[in-house]
Amino acid sequence: MSITIFVPCDSTAISIGADRVAKAITQEAQKRNITIKLIRNGSRGLYWLEPMVEVLTDAGRIAYGPVQVSDVTSLFDADFVNGGAHPLYLGLTEEIEYLKKQQRLTFARIGITDPISLEDYISHEGYQGLSNALKLSQADIVKAVTDSGLRGRGGAAFPTGIKWNTVLNTPSEQKYIICNADEGDSGTFSDRMVMESDPFVLIEGMTIAGIAVGATQGYIYLRVEYPHAHVALNTAIEKAYAAGYLGDNIQGSGKTFNLEVRLGAGAYVCGEETSLMESLEGKRGLVRFKPPLPAISGLFGKPTVVNNVISLASVPIILDKGGDYYRDFGMGRSRGTLPLQLAGNIKRTGLVEVAFGMTLRELLYDFGGGSATGKTIKAVQVGGPLGSYLPESQFDTPLDYEAFAANWTVLGHGGVVAFDDTANMAELARYNMEFCAAESCGKCTPCRIGSTRGYEVMDEIIAGQALDKNIPLLRDLCNTLLNGSLCALGGMTPYPVLSALNHFPKDFGIDDQANTAV
Amino acid sequence: MSELNTMETTVQTIITALKDKPGALLPILHAVQDALGYVPAESVPAIAKALQLSRAEVHGVISFYHYFRDTAPGKQTIHLCRAESCQAMGGKNLESHVKAHLGIDYHETTADGKFSLEPVYCLGNCACSPAMQIGHEIYGRVSTENFESIINQAEDLA
Repeated sequence: MSITIFVPCDSTAISIGADRVAKAITQEAQKRNITIKLIRNGSRGLYWLEPMVEVLTDAGRIAYGPVQVSDVTSLFDADFVNGGAHPLYLGLTEEIEYLKKQQRLTFARIGITDPISLEDYISHEGYQGLSNALKLSQADIVKAVTDSGLRGRGGAAFPTGIKWNTVLNTPSEQKYIICNADEGDSGTFSDRMVMESDPFVLIEGMTIAGIAVGATQGYIYLRVEYPHAHVALNTAIEKAYAAGYLGDNIQGSGKTFNLEVRLGAGAYVCGEETSLMESLEGKRGLVRFKPPLPAISGLFGKPTVVNNVISLASVPIILDKGGDYYRDFGMGRSRGTLPLQLAGNIKRTGLVEVAFGMTLRELLYDFGGGSATGKTIKAVQVGGPLGSYLPESQFDTPLDYEAFAANWTVLGHGGVVAFDDTANMAELARYNMEFCAAESCGKCTPCRIGSTRGYEVMDEIIAGQALDKNIPLLRDLCNTLLNGSLCALGGMTPYPVLSALNHFPKDFGIDDQANTAV
Repeated sequence: MSELNTMETTVQTIITALKDKPGALLPILHAVQDALGYVPAESVPAIAKALQLSRAEVHGVISFYHYFRDTAPGKQTIHLCRAESCQAMGGKNLESHVKAHLGIDYHETTADGKFSLEPVYCLGNCACSPAMQIGHEIYGRVSTENFESIINQAEDLA
């Protein structure tokens, strides 16, 4: 039997040595006259175990990790190519609890296949959704997405089917599908993983969207900070064109869909859909007034679907297995699964795709294993740099859009960043204001000026100056940002700032009583 | 050919190849920066003319986006992540160490021209914070201890 070894090509795995490990394994195998087939798979998302090397055995894939170059000789000595015992032995990959407890729908193939192999994609149920979609009317494709209950996974959680329906019913010679791949939220990497580890699923999802609403051109607006995803997407797109999955007459259906990747240029605000479209049009990424909605007048003034990577990548399985199948996961109005990303000061960082409804505490401790430093987790920021900090008293909140909203917290794109008790929440609140100032597009005054005044006030608060005046001033300023900003950047920066102040007043130099009195 | 002529030829070739794309400005600016390391002020009139924009509009776009630069960078640009996840894992300490080690602040280049330092807000490497990017390479779990060996290796690759 030939020996097949997997070493991830995911950029996080590479960032901690996967390329060097792959090279060392190839060299060591040559030295020992062992013929191996080395596959660069995607990452399973068990990042604390990366670089995680897998070997295919009769029993299934067996994992070893985290593997460093210095471990390679001893792995060969231990006959790891046949699943031999070694201190880094993790057993069957599928049996690793962290992975086994998940419900991977959108991430079904991720880490298993060679990301840029179309053959692998097809042999792992790829393109079945498109195949079904090609047999349906446009309205029925949209209906399947509506029935699934899928809501925008970028963070705003708007029902995807309703958006598609608006574009379908807006007559126009030209319509567009845009994939928002400007995943700028700190603590998030699920979009990156999909694009690096299963780019065809995104291409398939966009193709289905194009056919559903009658759009013949798609753009993936990718952040420039994702160079590996850029290469993977372009390679996969080229292969999809060559095999008749993109271009004119897709799989003999007579339908056309063209797809191109466009790079952003380091502006966080371009993750806001109207700013993104300005950027795609070649302009400064200034936020547009709404209405008109992008679904009616979007890119170049044409009806446009703008969806996040995860939303679009969830479409193929919905069209493959049906809207009902997807809707049966989840709770309340949050249907399906959410790929959560455990990051920051956490012991077992990684990607956790589960049905909505698990509590934050289960995620942090059962999956995450507590903090990386072994100290108490003081606060958790969920939903990126515009999401609230949750104190321990809120850890039992179920991961569900409505349950989070009821707490004045944000589930957003599912990023979870943990901080241990060395974190100073006033310093973090200052950073949140500074970030808003650095990234504000400048169109509306509350965000443009308020953010700068915000970190100036925070500087005075941190220095302990005139707290009786400055704390109310900070609250007043946040109120202006909340209610007067044009988009979520200014409108939600108060979430982290005020949640830090409300839950951790001591870090701001005031006691609980003084805080509530304001 | 003089340096300016070479620059002009490069820019003109890029413009010719990309100007007919819908929303061509960002693709052109990316291609110019990929080829030259920055978008020289001298290239702005030609880009503006080809896209029927004013020079002010092109300048406005270049200055809006953090990634585009109008001055030549050092041989290598270090993009150091400042975002929350990296802060949760000692990013602020690392930041002071990096600045002290290189003797420069953000948006500056070392006197020997080897390194430029730029802040970045998230590299999507949050499962292995703190992170930084040099060229197209991402580095995870960067510490005050291993920073020097990483940049030495990166220097060899340049």
